[in-house]
Amino acid sequence: MLAMDYRGPYRIRVEEKPMPKIEHPRDAVVRVTRSCICGSDLHLYHGMVPDTRVGMTFGHEFCGIVEEVGSGVENLKKGDHVLVPFNIACGQCHFCKQGLFGNCHESNAQATAVGGIFGYSHTAGGYDGGQAEYVRVPYADFGPTIIPDWMDPDDAVLLTDVVPTGYQAAEMGGIKPGDTVVVFGAGPVGIMAARCAWLFGAGRVIVFDEYEYRLEFARTYCPAEVYNFRELDVVVFMKKTTDGLGADVCIDAVGGDAAGNALQTLFGVKLKLEAGSAIPLHWAINSVKKGGVVSIVGVYGPTGNMIPIGNVVNKGLTLRANQAAVKRHLPKLIEHVKAGHLNPKALITHKVPLEDVADAYHIFSAKLDGCIKPVLVPSAA
Amino acid sequence: MNAPTTDMIKDPATIPGWGVDIDPRNDPTYPYRDRSEDNGLSNAWTRPPVQQTDVEILQSIEHVRQPAVVGTSTPPSWISGMIRRGAFRYSESHWLHWLMLMGADRINVVEGIVQDLGRAKIPNIPAEMGIRSEWKHNKTGLAKKVAVVGAVGAVAFALFQWSGSAKRDGSDDRD
Repeated sequence: MLAMDYRGPYRIRVEEKPMPKIEHPRDAVVRVTRSCICGSDLHLYHGMVPDTRVGMTFGHEFCGIVEEVGSGVENLKKGDHVLVPFNIACGQCHFCKQGLFGNCHESNAQATAVGGIFGYSHTAGGYDGGQAEYVRVPYADFGPTIIPDWMDPDDAVLLTDVVPTGYQAAEMGGIKPGDTVVVFGAGPVGIMAARCAWLFGAGRVIVFDEYEYRLEFARTYCPAEVYNFRELDVVVFMKKTTDGLGADVCIDAVGGDAAGNALQTLFGVKLKLEAGSAIPLHWAINSVKKGGVVSIVGVYGPTGNMIPIGNVVNKGLTLRANQAAVKRHLPKLIEHVKAGHLNPKALITHKVPLEDVADAYHIFSAKLDGCIKPVLVPSAA
Repeated sequence: MNAPTTDMIKDPATIPGWGVDIDPRNDPTYPYRDRSEDNGLSNAWTRPPVQQTDVEILQSIEHVRQPAVVGTSTPPSWISGMIRRGAFRYSESHWLHWLMLMGADRINVVEGIVQDLGRAKIPNIPAEMGIRSEWKHNKTGLAKKVAVVGAVGAVAFALFQWSGSAKRDGSDDRD
Protein backbone atom coordinates (compact mmCIF):
# COMPACT_ATOMS: atom_id res chain seq x y z
CA MET A 1 0.00 0.00 0.00
CA LEU A 2 1.05 3.62 -0.44
CA ALA A 3 1.88 5.62 2.66
CA MET A 4 3.50 8.88 3.61
CA ASP A 5 7.08 8.29 4.73
CA TYR A 6 9.02 10.70 6.97
CA ARG A 7 12.67 11.06 5.96
CA GLY A 8 13.76 13.93 8.22
CA PRO A 9 12.87 17.56 8.92
CA TYR A 10 11.11 19.09 5.87
CA ARG A 11 11.54 15.81 3.94
CA ILE A 12 8.74 13.38 3.23
CA ARG A 13 7.70 11.16 0.36
CA VAL A 14 5.27 8.44 -0.56
CA GLU A 15 6.51 4.86 -0.25
CA GLU A 16 5.14 1.40 -0.81
CA LYS A 17 4.76 -0.16 2.66
CA PRO A 18 3.41 -3.45 4.03
CA MET A 19 -0.31 -3.61 4.71
CA PRO A 20 -1.20 -3.05 8.37
CA LYS A 21 -2.55 -6.09 10.17
CA ILE A 22 -4.59 -6.90 13.25
CA GLU A 23 -2.18 -6.96 16.19
CA HIS A 24 -4.65 -6.99 19.09
CA PRO A 25 -8.19 -8.37 19.46
CA ARG A 26 -9.60 -4.84 19.64
CA ASP A 27 -7.86 -3.66 16.44
CA ALA A 28 -9.39 -2.85 13.08
CA VAL A 29 -7.81 -2.14 9.73
CA VAL A 30 -9.35 0.84 7.95
CA ARG A 31 -9.09 1.85 4.29
CA VAL A 32 -8.56 5.59 4.39
CA THR A 33 -10.92 7.81 2.41
CA ARG A 34 -9.78 11.22 3.70
CA SER A 35 -6.75 12.23 5.74
CA CYS A 36 -5.93 15.76 6.76
CA ILE A 37 -2.59 17.35 7.42
CA CYS A 38 -2.89 18.98 10.83
CA GLY A 39 -1.08 22.08 12.01
CA SER A 40 0.47 19.89 14.69
CA ASP A 41 1.83 17.59 11.97
CA LEU A 42 3.96 20.57 11.04
CA HIS A 43 5.72 20.34 14.42
CA LEU A 44 6.74 16.81 13.39
CA TYR A 45 7.59 17.94 9.87
CA HIS A 46 9.83 20.66 11.28
CA GLY A 47 11.66 18.14 13.46
CA MET A 48 10.47 19.62 16.75
CA VAL A 49 8.97 16.55 18.42
CA PRO A 50 11.46 14.16 20.09
CA ASP A 51 11.53 10.51 18.96
CA THR A 52 10.17 11.17 15.48
CA ARG A 53 11.71 8.27 13.60
CA VAL A 54 12.64 8.10 9.94
CA GLY A 55 10.23 5.80 8.13
CA MET A 56 7.18 6.66 10.21
CA THR A 57 3.82 7.51 8.63
CA PHE A 58 2.08 10.59 10.05
CA GLY A 59 -1.62 11.37 10.07
CA HIS A 60 -4.03 11.54 13.00
CA GLU A 61 -7.05 13.09 11.26
CA PHE A 62 -8.66 10.53 9.03
CA CYS A 63 -11.80 8.67 8.18
CA GLY A 64 -12.24 5.51 6.20
CA ILE A 65 -13.97 2.23 5.57
CA VAL A 66 -13.51 -0.73 7.89
CA GLU A 67 -11.73 -3.55 6.05
CA GLU A 68 -11.11 -5.99 8.88
CA VAL A 69 -11.85 -6.20 12.60
CA GLY A 70 -10.23 -8.14 15.43
CA SER A 71 -12.02 -10.83 17.41
CA GLY A 72 -12.88 -8.39 20.20
CA VAL A 73 -14.63 -5.81 18.02
CA GLU A 74 -18.35 -6.40 17.91
CA ASN A 75 -19.77 -2.95 17.17
CA LEU A 76 -18.12 -2.44 13.78
CA LYS A 77 -18.22 -4.52 10.63
CA LYS A 78 -16.48 -4.57 7.30
CA GLY A 79 -17.80 -1.78 5.10
CA ASP A 80 -18.69 0.69 7.87
CA HIS A 81 -17.57 4.24 7.05
CA VAL A 82 -16.07 5.62 10.24
CA LEU A 83 -14.40 8.75 11.47
CA VAL A 84 -11.51 7.93 13.77
CA PRO A 85 -10.67 10.23 16.72
CA PHE A 86 -7.00 11.14 16.84
CA ASN A 87 -6.75 9.81 20.42
CA ILE A 88 -6.06 6.10 20.86
CA ALA A 89 -8.13 5.40 23.97
CA CYS A 90 -9.16 2.17 25.66
CA GLY A 91 -12.28 3.71 27.19
CA GLN A 92 -11.90 1.92 30.50
CA CYS A 93 -8.70 2.99 32.29
CA HIS A 94 -8.53 5.38 35.24
CA PHE A 95 -8.33 8.39 32.93
CA CYS A 96 -10.76 7.27 30.24
CA LYS A 97 -13.31 6.75 33.00
CA GLN A 98 -13.15 10.51 33.59
CA GLY A 99 -13.55 11.30 29.92
CA LEU A 100 -9.86 12.10 29.54
CA PHE A 101 -9.58 10.23 26.27
CA GLY A 102 -6.47 12.17 25.30
CA ASN A 103 -4.74 10.78 28.38
CA CYS A 104 -5.45 7.06 28.11
CA HIS A 105 -3.06 5.02 30.22
CA GLU A 106 -3.25 1.91 28.06
CA SER A 107 -2.03 3.19 24.72
CA ASN A 108 1.38 4.82 25.00
CA ALA A 109 4.38 2.83 26.18
CA GLN A 110 6.89 5.58 25.51
CA ALA A 111 5.38 8.32 27.64
CA THR A 112 2.91 8.68 30.49
CA ALA A 113 1.97 12.33 29.96
CA VAL A 114 -0.09 11.77 26.84
CA GLY A 115 -2.09 8.89 25.48
CA GLY A 116 -1.45 7.30 22.12
CA ILE A 117 -2.00 9.40 19.01
CA PHE A 118 -2.00 8.07 15.47
CA GLY A 119 1.12 8.96 13.49
CA TYR A 120 2.51 11.37 16.01
CA SER A 121 6.04 10.16 16.85
CA HIS A 122 7.00 7.56 19.41
CA THR A 123 6.48 10.16 22.12
CA ALA A 124 2.79 9.59 21.36
CA GLY A 125 3.04 5.82 21.17
CA GLY A 126 4.74 4.94 17.90
CA TYR A 127 1.64 4.20 15.84
CA ASP A 128 1.69 4.65 12.08
CA GLY A 129 -0.93 7.18 11.03
CA GLY A 130 -3.61 7.63 8.44
CA GLN A 131 -1.76 9.46 5.68
CA ALA A 132 -1.79 6.15 3.88
CA GLU A 133 -4.14 3.89 1.99
CA TYR A 134 -4.70 1.70 5.05
CA VAL A 135 -4.14 2.11 8.77
CA ARG A 136 -4.26 -0.05 11.89
CA VAL A 137 -6.81 1.33 14.39
CA PRO A 138 -6.37 0.05 17.98
CA TYR A 139 -9.33 0.02 20.37
CA ALA A 140 -11.59 0.08 17.33
CA ASP A 141 -14.54 -0.92 19.49
CA PHE A 142 -14.27 2.38 21.35
CA GLY A 143 -12.82 5.20 19.22
CA PRO A 144 -14.24 5.04 15.69
CA THR A 145 -17.70 6.50 15.13
CA ILE A 146 -19.87 5.52 12.19
CA ILE A 147 -20.42 8.53 9.92
CA PRO A 148 -24.13 9.33 9.65
CA ASP A 149 -25.59 8.86 6.18
CA TRP A 150 -26.39 12.55 5.83
CA MET A 151 -22.88 13.72 6.70
CA ASP A 152 -20.35 14.78 4.07
CA PRO A 153 -17.03 12.92 4.55
CA ASP A 154 -15.29 16.30 4.33
CA ASP A 155 -17.18 17.35 7.45
CA ALA A 156 -16.56 13.98 9.09
CA VAL A 157 -12.80 14.06 8.70
CA LEU A 158 -12.63 17.42 10.45
CA LEU A 159 -14.55 15.97 13.41
CA THR A 160 -11.55 13.74 14.18
CA ASP A 161 -9.50 16.62 15.58
CA VAL A 162 -9.96 20.20 14.34
CA VAL A 163 -13.54 20.71 15.42
CA PRO A 164 -13.33 18.94 18.81
CA THR A 165 -10.01 20.61 19.60
CA GLY A 166 -11.39 24.05 18.77
CA TYR A 167 -14.55 23.25 20.69
CA GLN A 168 -12.67 22.03 23.75
CA ALA A 169 -10.44 25.10 23.63
CA ALA A 170 -13.58 27.22 24.00
CA GLU A 171 -15.09 24.87 26.57
CA MET A 172 -11.97 24.94 28.73
CA GLY A 173 -12.20 28.71 28.70
CA GLY A 174 -15.29 28.46 30.90
CA ILE A 175 -16.82 31.20 28.74
CA LYS A 176 -19.73 33.07 30.29
CA PRO A 177 -22.32 35.06 28.30
CA GLY A 178 -20.84 38.34 27.14
CA ASP A 179 -17.19 37.37 27.72
CA THR A 180 -14.41 38.77 25.56
CA VAL A 181 -12.50 35.83 24.12
CA VAL A 182 -9.13 36.13 22.41
CA VAL A 183 -7.74 33.42 20.16
CA PHE A 184 -4.07 33.40 19.24
CA GLY A 185 -3.59 31.75 15.85
CA ALA A 186 -5.87 31.74 12.81
CA GLY A 187 -5.02 28.23 11.72
CA PRO A 188 -7.84 25.70 11.42
CA VAL A 189 -7.99 25.02 15.18
CA GLY A 190 -7.84 28.71 16.09
CA ILE A 191 -10.56 29.51 13.59
CA MET A 192 -12.74 26.72 14.98
CA ALA A 193 -12.06 27.81 18.58
CA ALA A 194 -13.17 31.32 17.71
CA ARG A 195 -16.29 29.98 15.98
CA CYS A 196 -17.13 27.78 18.98
CA ALA A 197 -16.60 30.62 21.45
CA TRP A 198 -19.88 32.05 20.18
CA LEU A 199 -21.66 28.78 20.98
CA PHE A 200 -20.69 29.28 24.62
CA GLY A 201 -22.12 32.78 24.61
CA ALA A 202 -19.09 34.98 24.00
CA GLY A 203 -19.89 38.66 23.57
CA ARG A 204 -16.76 39.52 21.62
CA VAL A 205 -14.29 37.28 19.77
CA ILE A 206 -10.86 38.53 18.73
CA VAL A 207 -8.31 36.63 16.63
CA PHE A 208 -4.61 37.41 16.22
CA ASP A 209 -2.35 36.09 13.47
CA GLU A 210 0.26 37.42 11.04
CA TYR A 211 -1.11 36.08 7.76
CA GLU A 212 -3.63 38.43 6.20
CA TYR A 213 -5.40 35.74 4.17
CA ARG A 214 -6.03 33.74 7.34
CA LEU A 215 -7.22 36.79 9.23
CA GLU A 216 -9.59 37.58 6.40
CA PHE A 217 -10.93 34.03 6.53
CA ALA A 218 -11.42 34.26 10.30
CA ARG A 219 -13.11 37.64 9.95
CA THR A 220 -15.86 36.21 7.79
CA TYR A 221 -16.04 32.58 8.92
CA CYS A 222 -15.95 32.88 12.72
CA PRO A 223 -16.91 35.82 12.48
CA ALA A 224 -14.37 37.68 14.57
CA GLU A 225 -12.47 40.88 15.01
CA VAL A 226 -9.06 40.18 13.53
CA TYR A 227 -5.69 41.84 14.05
CA ASN A 228 -2.20 41.32 12.74
CA PHE A 229 0.16 40.99 15.69
CA ARG A 230 2.95 42.44 13.56
CA GLU A 231 1.14 45.76 13.50
CA LEU A 232 0.53 46.36 17.20
CA ASP A 233 1.60 45.51 20.72
CA VAL A 234 -0.77 42.66 21.48
CA VAL A 235 -0.90 43.10 25.24
CA VAL A 236 -1.25 46.88 25.19
CA PHE A 237 -3.95 46.60 22.54
CA MET A 238 -5.90 44.09 24.58
CA LYS A 239 -5.73 46.25 27.68
CA LYS A 240 -6.85 49.36 25.83
CA THR A 241 -9.70 47.66 24.02
CA THR A 242 -11.08 46.22 27.28
CA ASP A 243 -10.96 49.44 29.27
CA GLY A 244 -7.72 48.36 30.91
CA LEU A 245 -9.01 45.07 32.30
CA GLY A 246 -7.87 42.46 29.82
CA ALA A 247 -9.77 39.67 28.08
CA ASP A 248 -11.91 37.24 30.05
CA VAL A 249 -10.54 34.22 28.23
CA CYS A 250 -7.40 33.75 26.11
CA ILE A 251 -6.88 30.69 23.93
CA ASP A 252 -3.48 29.58 22.64
CA ALA A 253 -4.17 27.75 19.39
CA VAL A 254 -0.66 27.96 17.99
CA GLY A 255 1.90 25.97 19.96
CA GLY A 256 5.63 25.66 19.53
CA ASP A 257 5.95 26.90 15.95
CA ALA A 258 4.74 30.38 16.85
CA ALA A 259 6.26 33.51 15.31
CA GLY A 260 6.25 36.95 16.88
CA ASN A 261 9.26 37.12 19.17
CA ALA A 262 12.86 36.79 18.00
CA LEU A 263 14.18 35.49 21.32
CA GLN A 264 11.54 32.77 21.57
CA THR A 265 12.13 31.81 17.94
CA LEU A 266 15.89 31.58 18.52
CA PHE A 267 15.67 29.55 21.71
CA GLY A 268 12.61 27.47 20.94
CA VAL A 269 12.61 26.93 17.19
CA LYS A 270 16.19 27.36 15.99
CA LEU A 271 18.28 26.16 18.94
CA LYS A 272 15.66 23.83 20.47
CA LEU A 273 16.69 25.01 23.94
CA GLU A 274 13.05 25.22 24.92
CA ALA A 275 10.07 23.19 23.76
CA GLY A 276 9.14 25.54 20.93
CA SER A 277 8.39 29.25 20.87
CA ALA A 278 5.89 30.05 23.62
CA ILE A 279 5.09 33.62 22.60
CA PRO A 280 1.32 33.07 22.18
CA LEU A 281 1.17 31.67 25.70
CA HIS A 282 3.20 34.63 26.91
CA TRP A 283 0.74 37.02 25.24
CA ALA A 284 -2.23 35.07 26.58
CA ILE A 285 -1.04 35.24 30.18
CA ASN A 286 -0.34 38.93 29.91
CA SER A 287 -3.51 39.82 27.96
CA VAL A 288 -6.07 38.00 30.08
CA LYS A 289 -7.70 39.80 32.98
CA LYS A 290 -6.89 39.10 36.62
CA GLY A 291 -8.69 35.91 37.62
CA GLY A 292 -9.17 35.04 33.97
CA VAL A 293 -8.73 31.76 32.14
CA VAL A 294 -6.02 30.76 29.67
CA SER A 295 -6.96 27.75 27.58
CA ILE A 296 -4.12 25.97 25.77
CA VAL A 297 -4.54 23.59 22.85
CA GLY A 298 -1.39 24.58 20.96
CA VAL A 299 1.12 21.74 20.94
CA TYR A 300 4.44 22.15 22.71
CA GLY A 301 7.27 19.71 23.22
CA PRO A 302 7.74 17.84 26.48
CA THR A 303 10.60 19.87 27.97
CA GLY A 304 10.31 23.46 29.23
CA ASN A 305 9.28 26.87 27.96
CA MET A 306 9.88 30.49 28.90
CA ILE A 307 6.56 31.83 30.10
CA PRO A 308 5.77 34.47 32.75
CA ILE A 309 4.64 32.05 35.44
CA GLY A 310 5.00 34.82 38.02
CA ASN A 311 2.19 36.71 36.33
CA VAL A 312 0.01 33.59 36.46
CA VAL A 313 0.42 33.68 40.23
CA ASN A 314 0.10 37.44 40.62
CA LYS A 315 -3.02 37.62 38.45
CA GLY A 316 -4.66 34.53 39.92
CA LEU A 317 -5.11 32.89 36.57
CA THR A 318 -6.54 29.50 35.76
CA LEU A 319 -4.63 27.58 33.11
CA ARG A 320 -6.51 24.78 31.38
CA ALA A 321 -5.08 22.57 28.70
CA ASN A 322 -5.32 19.15 27.14
CA GLN A 323 -5.42 17.17 24.00
CA ALA A 324 -9.07 17.16 23.01
CA ALA A 325 -11.12 14.22 24.25
CA VAL A 326 -12.66 13.76 20.81
CA LYS A 327 -15.03 10.93 21.67
CA ARG A 328 -16.60 12.96 24.49
CA HIS A 329 -17.51 15.81 22.15
CA LEU A 330 -18.64 13.89 19.08
CA PRO A 331 -22.37 13.45 19.85
CA LYS A 332 -22.82 17.16 20.45
CA LEU A 333 -20.62 18.23 17.53
CA ILE A 334 -22.42 15.95 15.08
CA GLU A 335 -25.65 17.65 16.15
CA HIS A 336 -24.05 21.08 15.67
CA VAL A 337 -23.06 20.16 12.12
CA LYS A 338 -26.54 18.84 11.44
CA ALA A 339 -28.13 22.01 12.84
CA GLY A 340 -25.86 24.21 10.74
CA HIS A 341 -24.17 25.77 13.74
CA LEU A 342 -20.82 24.53 12.49
CA ASN A 343 -19.63 24.16 8.91
CA PRO A 344 -16.31 22.31 9.17
CA LYS A 345 -15.69 21.55 5.51
CA ALA A 346 -15.51 25.25 4.68
CA LEU A 347 -12.02 25.14 6.18
CA ILE A 348 -10.75 22.82 3.47
CA THR A 349 -8.84 24.78 0.86
CA HIS A 350 -6.80 22.00 -0.76
CA LYS A 351 -7.64 18.44 -1.73
CA VAL A 352 -4.46 16.67 -2.76
CA PRO A 353 -3.78 13.11 -3.96
CA LEU A 354 -1.84 11.09 -1.40
CA GLU A 355 0.93 10.72 -3.96
CA ASP A 356 1.58 14.48 -3.74
CA VAL A 357 1.94 14.52 0.05
CA ALA A 358 5.34 16.29 -0.07
CA ASP A 359 3.85 19.21 -1.98
CA ALA A 360 0.84 19.33 0.34
CA TYR A 361 3.06 19.57 3.41
CA HIS A 362 5.18 22.27 1.83
CA ILE A 363 2.17 24.34 0.78
CA PHE A 364 0.71 24.10 4.30
CA SER A 365 4.00 24.73 6.07
CA ALA A 366 5.03 27.68 3.91
CA LYS A 367 1.48 29.13 3.92
CA LEU A 368 1.38 29.13 0.11
CA ASP A 369 -1.64 29.45 -2.16
CA GLY A 370 -3.97 30.67 0.58
CA CYS A 371 -3.80 27.32 2.35
CA ILE A 372 -5.97 26.88 5.44
CA LYS A 373 -6.54 23.13 5.54
CA PRO A 374 -5.17 20.47 3.16
CA VAL A 375 -6.78 17.06 2.86
CA LEU A 376 -5.09 14.04 1.32
CA VAL A 377 -7.23 11.70 -0.73
CA PRO A 378 -5.86 8.23 -1.56
CA SER A 379 -6.58 7.16 -5.11
CA ALA A 380 -8.46 4.10 -3.85
CA ALA A 381 -10.81 6.24 -1.73
CA MET B 1 -3.54 51.51 18.11
CA ASN B 2 -5.87 49.81 15.65
CA ALA B 3 -9.28 50.47 17.20
CA PRO B 4 -12.02 48.03 16.18
CA THR B 5 -14.09 49.50 13.39
CA THR B 6 -17.87 49.38 13.34
CA ASP B 7 -17.95 46.57 10.78
CA MET B 8 -15.70 44.45 13.00
CA ILE B 9 -18.02 44.51 16.01
CA LYS B 10 -20.33 41.50 15.79
CA ASP B 11 -23.82 41.36 17.19
CA PRO B 12 -23.96 37.94 18.84
CA ALA B 13 -27.67 37.69 18.08
CA THR B 14 -26.84 37.43 14.38
CA ILE B 15 -24.49 34.45 14.80
CA PRO B 16 -26.01 31.00 14.14
CA GLY B 17 -25.91 28.90 17.28
CA TRP B 18 -24.94 31.71 19.61
CA GLY B 19 -25.18 30.58 23.20
CA VAL B 20 -26.50 27.06 22.51
CA ASP B 21 -23.83 25.56 24.75
CA ILE B 22 -23.96 28.07 27.57
CA ASP B 23 -23.53 25.94 30.67
CA PRO B 24 -23.35 27.61 34.05
CA ARG B 25 -21.87 24.38 35.44
CA ASN B 26 -18.84 24.73 33.20
CA ASP B 27 -16.82 26.02 36.11
CA PRO B 28 -13.24 26.31 34.93
CA THR B 29 -11.89 25.39 38.34
CA TYR B 30 -13.43 21.93 38.01
CA PRO B 31 -11.62 20.56 35.05
CA TYR B 32 -13.48 17.58 33.78
CA ARG B 33 -16.86 16.00 33.75
CA ASP B 34 -17.59 12.76 35.53
CA ARG B 35 -18.38 9.90 33.24
CA SER B 36 -18.22 6.90 35.52
CA GLU B 37 -20.12 5.60 38.47
CA ASP B 38 -17.06 5.66 40.69
CA ASN B 39 -16.37 9.29 39.78
CA GLY B 40 -12.93 8.32 38.52
CA LEU B 41 -11.74 7.87 42.07
CA SER B 42 -10.93 4.21 41.87
CA ASN B 43 -7.47 3.40 40.62
CA ALA B 44 -8.55 -0.01 39.44
CA TRP B 45 -9.93 -0.89 36.06
CA THR B 46 -10.42 -3.98 33.99
CA ARG B 47 -7.45 -4.05 31.71
CA PRO B 48 -7.80 -4.88 28.03
CA PRO B 49 -5.85 -7.93 26.86
CA VAL B 50 -2.17 -7.04 26.55
CA GLN B 51 -0.75 -6.96 23.03
CA GLN B 52 2.00 -9.47 22.35
CA THR B 53 4.61 -8.25 19.92
CA ASP B 54 7.98 -9.32 18.55
CA VAL B 55 8.93 -5.69 17.86
CA GLU B 56 11.23 -3.94 20.34
CA ILE B 57 9.15 -1.42 22.30
CA LEU B 58 10.98 1.16 24.38
CA GLN B 59 9.00 1.95 27.49
CA SER B 60 8.99 4.94 29.80
CA ILE B 61 10.37 4.02 33.20
CA GLU B 62 7.45 5.94 34.67
CA HIS B 63 5.13 3.13 33.57
CA VAL B 64 4.71 0.32 36.06
CA ARG B 65 3.52 -2.08 33.36
CA GLN B 66 3.28 -2.21 29.59
CA PRO B 67 0.18 -0.46 28.28
CA ALA B 68 -2.25 -2.91 26.75
CA VAL B 69 -1.68 -1.77 23.19
CA VAL B 70 1.55 -0.49 21.70
CA GLY B 71 2.62 1.06 18.41
CA THR B 72 4.88 -1.15 16.35
CA SER B 73 6.04 1.39 13.77
CA THR B 74 9.77 1.83 13.09
CA PRO B 75 11.44 -0.01 15.99
CA PRO B 76 14.78 1.39 17.20
CA SER B 77 17.70 0.47 14.97
CA TRP B 78 21.35 1.24 14.25
CA ILE B 79 23.20 3.97 16.15
CA SER B 80 20.08 6.06 16.69
CA GLY B 81 18.45 3.02 18.24
CA MET B 82 21.32 2.61 20.69
CA ILE B 83 20.93 6.25 21.73
CA ARG B 84 17.16 5.87 22.07
CA ARG B 85 17.64 2.83 24.33
CA GLY B 86 19.99 4.94 26.43
CA ALA B 87 17.45 7.77 26.58
CA PHE B 88 14.83 5.46 28.02
CA ARG B 89 17.03 4.86 31.07
CA TYR B 90 15.95 8.33 32.15
CA SER B 91 12.46 9.45 33.11
CA GLU B 92 10.28 11.82 31.12
CA SER B 93 11.11 14.57 33.60
CA HIS B 94 14.83 14.35 32.80
CA TRP B 95 16.16 16.70 30.12
CA LEU B 96 18.69 14.11 29.04
CA HIS B 97 15.87 11.78 28.03
CA TRP B 98 14.56 14.27 25.50
CA LEU B 99 17.92 15.65 24.37
CA MET B 100 19.17 12.15 23.60
CA LEU B 101 15.99 11.42 21.62
CA MET B 102 16.39 14.65 19.64
CA GLY B 103 20.02 13.73 18.96
CA ALA B 104 18.98 10.25 17.88
CA ASP B 105 16.39 11.80 15.52
CA ARG B 106 19.11 13.78 13.75
CA ILE B 107 21.41 10.76 13.43
CA ASN B 108 18.44 8.76 12.17
CA VAL B 109 18.11 11.17 9.25
CA VAL B 110 21.66 10.32 8.12
CA GLU B 111 20.90 6.63 8.64
CA GLY B 112 17.86 7.05 6.42
CA ILE B 113 20.02 8.34 3.59
CA VAL B 114 22.51 5.51 4.09
CA GLN B 115 19.60 3.05 4.05
CA ASP B 116 18.35 4.55 0.79
CA LEU B 117 21.78 4.33 -0.81
CA GLY B 118 22.10 0.75 0.46
CA ARG B 119 18.96 -0.06 -1.52
CA ALA B 120 20.47 1.64 -4.58
CA LYS B 121 17.99 4.48 -4.19
CA ILE B 122 19.13 8.09 -4.38
CA PRO B 123 16.67 10.20 -2.40
CA ASN B 124 15.17 13.02 -4.43
CA ILE B 125 15.57 15.56 -1.64
CA PRO B 126 14.20 18.59 -3.56
CA ALA B 127 11.05 16.61 -4.37
CA GLU B 128 10.79 15.43 -0.76
CA MET B 129 10.92 19.07 0.31
CA GLY B 130 8.09 19.99 -2.05
CA ILE B 131 10.07 21.95 -4.62
CA ARG B 132 7.34 21.41 -7.21
CA SER B 133 4.82 23.33 -5.13
CA GLU B 134 7.41 25.99 -4.33
CA TRP B 135 7.98 26.44 -8.08
CA LYS B 136 4.25 26.59 -8.72
CA HIS B 137 3.28 28.99 -5.93
CA ASN B 138 6.40 30.87 -4.89
CA LYS B 139 8.80 31.33 -7.78
CA THR B 140 10.32 34.46 -6.24
CA GLY B 141 11.00 32.71 -2.96
CA LEU B 142 12.51 29.75 -4.77
CA ALA B 143 14.75 32.04 -6.82
CA LYS B 144 15.95 33.72 -3.62
CA LYS B 145 16.71 30.37 -1.99
CA VAL B 146 18.59 29.19 -5.07
CA ALA B 147 20.54 32.46 -5.14
CA VAL B 148 21.45 32.18 -1.44
CA VAL B 149 22.47 28.53 -1.76
CA GLY B 150 24.43 29.36 -4.91
CA ALA B 151 26.19 32.28 -3.23
CA VAL B 152 27.07 30.23 -0.15
CA GLY B 153 28.30 27.43 -2.40
CA ALA B 154 30.39 29.83 -4.46
CA VAL B 155 31.97 31.36 -1.36
CA ALA B 156 32.68 27.93 0.08
CA PHE B 157 34.24 26.81 -3.21
CA ALA B 158 36.35 29.98 -3.39
CA LEU B 159 37.54 29.51 0.20
CA PHE B 160 38.37 25.89 -0.54
CA GLN B 161 40.36 26.88 -3.63
CA TRP B 162 42.13 29.67 -1.75
CA SER B 163 42.94 27.34 1.13
CA GLY B 164 44.37 24.77 -1.28
CA SER B 165 46.54 27.27 -3.11
CA ALA B 166 47.75 28.78 0.17
CA LYS B 167 48.85 25.32 1.34
CA ARG B 168 50.64 24.70 -1.94
CA ASP B 169 52.36 28.09 -1.68
CA GLY B 170 53.40 27.25 1.90
CA SER B 171 54.89 23.95 0.72
CA ASP B 172 56.83 25.78 -1.99
CA ASP B 173 58.25 28.12 0.63
CA ARG B 174 59.61 25.24 2.64
CA ASP B 175 61.27 23.60 -0.37
